[in-house]
Amino acid sequence: MADSALPTAPVPQLAQSVRDRSGVRRRLRYYGEKLGGSLVSLFAVILTSFFLFRIIPGDPVRTMTHGRPVTIEQQEQLRREFGLDKPLAEQFWSYLTGVLRLDFGDSFQFNRPVTDLIGERLWPTVLLVGTSVVISAALGLWLGVRGAWNHGSLSDRVNTGVALTLWSVPSFWLGLILIVIFASGAGWFPTSGMESTGVEGWERIPDVAHHMVLPLVTLVAVVYAQYLMIMRSSLLDEMGSDYIVTARAKGLRDIIVRRRHAVPNALLPTVTLIFVNLGFVVFGAVLVETIFSWPGLGQLFYSGLSVPDLPLVQGLFILFSAAVILMNLLADLLYPVLDPRVRP
Amino acid sequence: MNGLVWARRRRTAARFWSQFRQNKAGVFGLVVLALFVLTALLAPVITPDNALSVTRPPGSPLDGPSADFPLGTDRSGRSMVDMIIWGSRVSLTVGFWATFISIAFGTLFGILAGHFGGWGSSLLMRVTDWFLVMPSLVLGVALAAVLGRSLTTIIVAIGVTSWPTTARLVRAQTLAVEARPYIERARALGGGHLHVMTNHVLPNVMPIVLAQTTLMVGSAILTESTFAFLGLGDPTTASWGATIQAARDVGAVSSRMWWYILPPGIAIVLVVLAFTLVGRAIEGVLNPKLRERR
Repeated sequence: MADSALPTAPVPQLAQSVRDRSGVRRRLRYYGEKLGGSLVSLFAVILTSFFLFRIIPGDPVRTMTHGRPVTIEQQEQLRREFGLDKPLAEQFWSYLTGVLRLDFGDSFQFNRPVTDLIGERLWPTVLLVGTSVVISAALGLWLGVRGAWNHGSLSDRVNTGVALTLWSVPSFWLGLILIVIFASGAGWFPTSGMESTGVEGWERIPDVAHHMVLPLVTLVAVVYAQYLMIMRSSLLDEMGSDYIVTARAKGLRDIIVRRRHAVPNALLPTVTLIFVNLGFVVFGAVLVETIFSWPGLGQLFYSGLSVPDLPLVQGLFILFSAAVILMNLLADLLYPVLDPRVRP
Repeated sequence: MNGLVWARRRRTAARFWSQFRQNKAGVFGLVVLALFVLTALLAPVITPDNALSVTRPPGSPLDGPSADFPLGTDRSGRSMVDMIIWGSRVSLTVGFWATFISIAFGTLFGILAGHFGGWGSSLLMRVTDWFLVMPSLVLGVALAAVLGRSLTTIIVAIGVTSWPTTARLVRAQTLAVEARPYIERARALGGGHLHVMTNHVLPNVMPIVLAQTTLMVGSAILTESTFAFLGLGDPTTASWGATIQAARDVGAVSSRMWWYILPPGIAIVLVVLAFTLVGRAIEGVLNPKLRERR
């Protein structure tokens, strides 16, 4: 659009350099806008996190000291320690400066810095969620490609039907059913946790894998349908294109047309979806981790909600939302690299 | 004039139905939905008066399936069949109302943002993005704390967190509609903002909203069951998610009381799947490009 508006310059090199410069500016502006938008979103999340959890009633100090003989003076002392007696504005300022230093305060129930707790619980979640994303994306994309290429066939209809049905299944219920059948029933897998006690060294790897099977199956089952559906419809869109007809007319084999021509183009929208999902899937693990007592961030969050453990829940809320924002930003930045047509 | 309009609308509806009928999965979904709606409406008639009574339950607690109770009894001695029947009321109510909130807000903000543009629109889209990244569960917990544990809380929490998706969709559609020449004609003839938005944009956005609505009811029901399972719902209503939670509490998982855990979950899957199938069928009718592919 902008290019055709340029007057035809007598010296081609000059026009070329003008166009380049405006292109660079346009690109910088695009990236700047995306980055700025993400920062604004992040700041909004930090604000929300503070006020959202102040409106949760319930006295954390009373919950913590529940069932223990404590005097009113001791409770006051605890309140002072946690800074709950200060005015809201002061609490907010110390919260804000703390967040900027990645210091979310001390957890009420564990009596330790939230940052340390998050650090400990991060890897189990990354392991579980990361593996589940890789498996469900691979499975969904593979089935999606197959389904689109033979659309309308029996296997396509069966696959789509199964995927849609599994998508409708509540993850916590599926987890419970799997425990009933395979863990407490058949006894093939452990019912909860991440490792058995007393297992050391290299033995830990098969042990953790053994514990991970059921939570992994649950996560993959409810998520892969999304990848399948988007890959399938995206590939179907490409299949009608002229360049596919050309590739076939050249006499290329079916598998080459599919692998070299159709699938790479159809992958584009799917990549965005994978990134956006990556952000949400961490949060989606709350239920599965709770059901299987997987020692990750989701379970930590669930335990923090019931107290309520304000610093812990605040910290995790910021982390979960930041993950979504970051992944959205990555998708926005990566898309023009992958698809020259939308390059700014 | 009016008669003509009605005749045209009747014809459109008839064409819509004849195309919808071709989609077997969609018809299956519609039949399942009709059955569930009927069950929900007739719940007081087809179950005994004391079906939900904890103090005067019809049977003894945690019995397996028998002739009297085909799906056994729950922890208070209530028939599981009756629990499922009454649960359908909760699920459908939450599904419809949450979707109504979400669709109403989403359509309103989507059309406004698409029609006006400028900094107001940018601000609106920023707010939308902000709601998009907000985990609905957290908002649900906070709302449950403020409004108390009730169905209304769950409905508001789901509605408030799900409208951004609709708003984005509607905004995109509004932009596409507004680029068409007949909008320019309407403006040239003196049509104001309100006229253009309600008489020209809205009717063209409605089809996409309709498909989105059906899909959203399904996911709202799924979210409701999650909230109820986490104990955020009204403790006195027997929603399907709450029943699963109750089953987990009494140790149905380790003692393998399948009749306590299986039925509520299957009911959720059936209803959500039915809404999804109907939504996809509607999408297929409205978008002929999709139809050829299924």
